[in-house]
Amino acid sequence: MSTDTLEAPVVETVKMNGLQAINAALMEAMEADPKVLVLGEDIADNEGGGVVGVTRGLSSKFGTLRVRSTPISEQAIMGAAIGAAMAGYKPVAEIMLMNFTTVAMDMIVNHAAKLRFMSGGQSQVPLVIRTLTGAGNQTAGQHADFYEAWFAHTAGIKVVIPWTPADMKGLYLSAIQDPDPVIIIESGKTLFVPMDVPVNQGPIPIGKANVVMPGSDLTIVSYGQMMFTVMQAVEELTAAGISVEVVDLRTISPWDKETVLASAEKTGRLLVVHEAGRNFGPGAEIAATAQEVLFGKLKAPVGRLGAPYCAVPFAKKLEDAYLVQPPEIVAEAKRLLAI
Amino acid sequence: MFSNPSSEELSERGTMSDTLQNRATPDAATQLDIYRRMIRIERNDDLTRQQIRRGRITAPYYSARGQECIPSSISVLLNDDDKICTIYRGIHDMVAKDMPLRPLWAEICGRVDGTCKGKGGPMHLTHPETGVMVTTGIVGSSMPIANGFGWASLLDGTKQVTVAYFGDGASNIGAFHEALNLASVWKLPVIFVCQNNGFAEHTRYENGTSVDFIAKRAIGYGMPGYTVDGNDPLDVYAHAHAAIERARAGEGPTLLECKTFRFMGHVFGDNDAYMTKEEKAAAIEADPLPRFRQKLIDDGVATADELDALTAKIEAEVNDAIEYAMACEFPSDDELRRDVFAEEIAA
Repeated sequence: MSTDTLEAPVVETVKMNGLQAINAALMEAMEADPKVLVLGEDIADNEGGGVVGVTRGLSSKFGTLRVRSTPISEQAIMGAAIGAAMAGYKPVAEIMLMNFTTVAMDMIVNHAAKLRFMSGGQSQVPLVIRTLTGAGNQTAGQHADFYEAWFAHTAGIKVVIPWTPADMKGLYLSAIQDPDPVIIIESGKTLFVPMDVPVNQGPIPIGKANVVMPGSDLTIVSYGQMMFTVMQAVEELTAAGISVEVVDLRTISPWDKETVLASAEKTGRLLVVHEAGRNFGPGAEIAATAQEVLFGKLKAPVGRLGAPYCAVPFAKKLEDAYLVQPPEIVAEAKRLLAI
Repeated sequence: MFSNPSSEELSERGTMSDTLQNRATPDAATQLDIYRRMIRIERNDDLTRQQIRRGRITAPYYSARGQECIPSSISVLLNDDDKICTIYRGIHDMVAKDMPLRPLWAEICGRVDGTCKGKGGPMHLTHPETGVMVTTGIVGSSMPIANGFGWASLLDGTKQVTVAYFGDGASNIGAFHEALNLASVWKLPVIFVCQNNGFAEHTRYENGTSVDFIAKRAIGYGMPGYTVDGNDPLDVYAHAHAAIERARAGEGPTLLECKTFRFMGHVFGDNDAYMTKEEKAAAIEADPLPRFRQKLIDDGVATADELDALTAKIEAEVNDAIEYAMACEFPSDDELRRDVFAEEIAA
C-alpha cells in the first residue's frame, strides 16, 4: 500500500446498489421533512413497495396518506403532485417507466415546468419525477426510451440522470429540496449494480458534472447506464496507451458547460456518448456549444455516438446492435485521434 | 352518505341526475351578494370586449357572458382560503372569487403590475390571495391539479375545499376521467363544476358527448352527480352547498353540471356560424341577470335604485382598474430570465 493511500481521508463506505441508494435517500428525506410525499403506481407496501422495490418500507413507516399508491393514471398522478407541490408539499411522483411520461406530458410540460414563469413567480412546483428506462432487457419500443432531450428542451424543469449509487442518493437528496421540478431518470443497470457509497452521503448539487477519470488525449462525456459501456471502452483505450478523461454529466439540464468545455479544451478532443437517439440528442447540444466556444482550439470535430433513428427493437441481436457498444466507442475515439 | 344508485333507481331515473334531498336556500344578504358578483362579472366582461373593440388592448378573450350565475352562486359559499382551479374561459370565476380588479386588469393588459407580471395574460391568471391557484389554457387540466390541493387539505387536516371549473367539452378529455376516479378513490374535498354551455368550441354538445347529462358520468366514479339550472342562482347554490358540505365533512367529491349558454361564442371575434340565430336569441332572451334582478326586486331584497347604484359602483371599479392598468409599465425584458427557475438565469 502506498503512502498516498494511507494519508487519504478515510471515508467509510457501504456497498449498495442504486435501488437501495434511492430508498435510503427517500427514507432520510421523509424522516427529516414532513412535507415530503411519495406517490405512484404500486409504490406502497400493500402493492409491493414499487415495481422493483425502490419505495419498499416507506408506506409502512410514514403511512399511506404520505406514501400513496395510485391508479394507473399518469395525468392524475402528475396533477396531484403539482397541486400538492403548489400547496407547500414536496412530492416525489413515480412515473413507472419513462415511456409512460408521454401520457402525462401536458401535466409535466405545460404545468409543472411552466407554472412558476406563467404566474410571475407566485406558483412554486417543487416536485420530483422518478422514472425508469433503458434498453437491454428486450422490452422493445414502449418501455425503454431515453427522452431526456424532450425535457431538457422544456424551460423550467431540471433533468438528472445519475450513474453511481452514491450520486443517486446525493442527487435525490438535492432534487427533493430543490424549489423547482426535477425529473430523475433511473436507467436499468444503475439500479442493480452495487458500488461503494459513503455512509453519510449527503446532497450532491444538481448541474455539476463529475470528472470520473483524468486524462489528456480525449474527453468522453456520458451519463446513466451508458457509463458502464464507456468505462469498458476506456479500459481498452487505456491499455492501448490512450489517456482518456471521462466526464459523467449527471445533470442533462442545466448541464455543466464549464466542466465539459474545460476538459475538452484541455484534451482538444470531445466525444459524447448516450443511449438516447443520436438525432437531436443531448450530444448535438453539447457538440454545438463546444464548437461555438472552442472553435479553433479543438484538434478534431466533436464526436457523437447514440442510438440509430428507429424504435428500440425486441430481438436481442437487434437490441445489441441498437445500443452503443464498447468497440464503437473505441473506434470513434481512435478516429478522433486519427489513429 | 352517498351510495351508488341501484339498477332499479337508475332505470327509474332514466336520464335524470341525482336528486338533492335537502335544499339549502341563500338568505337575502347572500342573494344580494350573488347578484353583486354576477354584475361584477357582467360589467367586467362588457368593458373588456369594449376595450378590445377600441383597440386599447390586444389579447385572446373568451367571454363568459351568460355564465355569471354559476361561479357567483358557488363563490358565496367559499372562504378566501378555499381554492379554485379554472380554465381559459375563467375570468368570471376569478371575478366571482373577488380577485381585485386592478392587478387582474394589469395582467389582461400585459403589464408588470399584473397578477403574473404580464407573463400569463387573460388565459392564465393566478392570484393565491383570493384562492385562484391555476388558470389553464389546456382543456380539462384544471381537474388533476385541483386534486393535489385536495390532497394537501387532507394532509393539513383543514376543511378547505377546492373547486375545479371546466366546460362540457372537457368532460370528454382523459384528464376528466383520471381526475374524477382518483378524487373518488382518495375521497378528496374537490367539487368538479362543469359549466355546460352547450358547445365544445364550435361543436354542439350532442355531437361530441356520449351521454345526455354529464352528471350521469358521476355514477361511473362513485360520486354524486347533479345537473342543475346554471342560470338559476338558487338551484346552483343549493347543489353547491350540498357538494361543499360533503367535501368539508371528508366524504369526498361531487360532480356538478350547471347548464347554461355562452352568449358571445367561443372566442372574441367568433361569428357563431355553428349555432342557430333562434337558439342564441332564445338564450339571450332568458338572460339570467335581468331575471335575477327582477326577482330580488319582487322579493323585496333590494329596490331598483339600490341595484342601479350597485351597478354604477361596480362599473366605476372596473373603469378605475382599466385606467390603472393602462398606466402601468410593461415588464422589462429581464423577466424572460426570471421565474423560469427560483434562481434567476444568468444573462
